[in-house]
Amino acid sequence: MKGIITVLGKDKVGIIARVCTYLAGQNVNILDITQTIVQGYFNMMMIVDISAPAKSFEEVVEELQQIGVELGVEIKLQHEDIFNTMHRI
Amino acid sequence: MITLGEVQETNKMIREMNLDVRTITMGISLMDCAHSDLTVFNRNIYDKITRLGENLVKTGEDLERQFGIPIVNKRVSVTPISIAAGGLKTDSYVSVAETLDKAAKEIGVNFLGGFSALVHKGFTESDLKLIRSIPEALAVTERVCSSVNIGTSRSGINMDAVKLMGSIVKRTAELTSDRDSAGCSKLVIFCNAVEDNPFMAGAFHGVGEPECVINVGVSGPGVVKRALEEVKHKDFESLCETIKRTAFKVTRVGQLVAQETSKRLGVPFGIVDLSLAPTPEIGDSIAEIFQAMGLEEAGAPGTTAALAILNDNVKKGGVMASSNVGGLSGAFIPVSEDHGMIEAVQKGALTLEKLEAMTCVCSVGLDMIAIPGDTSEATVSGIIADEAAIGMINNKTTAVRIIPVIGKGVGDIAEFGGLLGYAPVMPVNGFSCASFIDRGGRIPAPIHSFKN
Repeated sequence: MKGIITVLGKDKVGIIARVCTYLAGQNVNILDITQTIVQGYFNMMMIVDISAPAKSFEEVVEELQQIGVELGVEIKLQHEDIFNTMHRI
Repeated sequence: MITLGEVQETNKMIREMNLDVRTITMGISLMDCAHSDLTVFNRNIYDKITRLGENLVKTGEDLERQFGIPIVNKRVSVTPISIAAGGLKTDSYVSVAETLDKAAKEIGVNFLGGFSALVHKGFTESDLKLIRSIPEALAVTERVCSSVNIGTSRSGINMDAVKLMGSIVKRTAELTSDRDSAGCSKLVIFCNAVEDNPFMAGAFHGVGEPECVINVGVSGPGVVKRALEEVKHKDFESLCETIKRTAFKVTRVGQLVAQETSKRLGVPFGIVDLSLAPTPEIGDSIAEIFQAMGLEEAGAPGTTAALAILNDNVKKGGVMASSNVGGLSGAFIPVSEDHGMIEAVQKGALTLEKLEAMTCVCSVGLDMIAIPGDTSEATVSGIIADEAAIGMINNKTTAVRIIPVIGKGVGDIAEFGGLLGYAPVMPVNGFSCASFIDRGGRIPAPIHSFKN
């Protein structure tokens, strides 16, 4: 199962490091990373393999959200199907 | 592979344009709960609803987290109680409504629809018992919704029922006068009611439906409005293309949620209803779509055409996005649930007569409209008859959900609370239709119903 993680907010040191460290701890493999920084705003998307996470999908969603609060950015994890169904026929 | 731009587009719709799945509605058949004893019947329906609906709310919440999209309401619809309760030896169905209310609270759904009767060609004894129980049932329960089908294109209009419903609406208003007559916001009078509608207050689980089914209602007026702002000065073809494309994307999300819910609960998927349902939130309004199309206010000349375009293109975009489209599927134009419509009424741009014209091309009818509390029963019946005639002749669903607000007059504000919103009391034509309504009997089936 693939998930899409998005991080949105003001750029600062260590955002990717923090997210990646957490994901490694949850046995979540990162397949792809895209990021842009426009006028100091950090916009990142990760495609991750979340077939066998240490915790449930819902718990990972909540913990990532919490990390986002600590970093002052918005972090979302969503099942990739919502994007596939909306943008692919 | 999904691109950053596509991910951003979806999340922007959710974050900034109020894209959501409006409702997951579980339809439950109560046919096997029939019994002649009231206590046994009530126990049967309570057990069945709480057993089948036990995981509905939790599943909805899990999917919300998994896909990152709000699923606003989780609801239940049941077999019309006048049919399911037909064998009961009792004079009143109020205790059945109380049981439904208790079951809804137990499983955590915010509305349960199906305190209903289908009387388009005539009343059974049970239909009459149900209809006479409606005012008290809606006054003593919180989450139960009621509907009565009084006409179809196939069989005409039951004018005895139209007359009776005029007095039932007034009685319901009186019994809930302490809450701005909010009981009437849970009562819908239909012509051509559909059996798989997931939206309240008119949802019921039709007799042609399976044992249990999942129907999903999508929404997204905000998304359509924002898309239309991008094509502000373009021609009508561009306007229609934009609505279609947006409706397609919105419906795909509904289809995904419907399939996942059905898989997780082990209940068959029924339909996705493509309706654009507004809420009182800013940016979640049908009236704002009219403004994005180029009208100063909802109700200005051109509004009926604008609504026709919207309704038709929402369907055209949506049908390809889902394997099964059903329910009401179109644009809703409830006054109290749409801040743009409320403003249009307050500015004098939108009248009851214009709303009636708009119902010829929208998906439902006169919805959530507050009228003066001293409006006569016959006038309420007259409004119902007009709306039913539009539905019967045009082969479409029409409905009336009006609230005669006891103790309030034109210009006052009625507060219904929550998703039901608030509404300015609108003036009603004061000339009498009493002798017309008093005739009784049926309006025969229209000529175009003879298709066999």
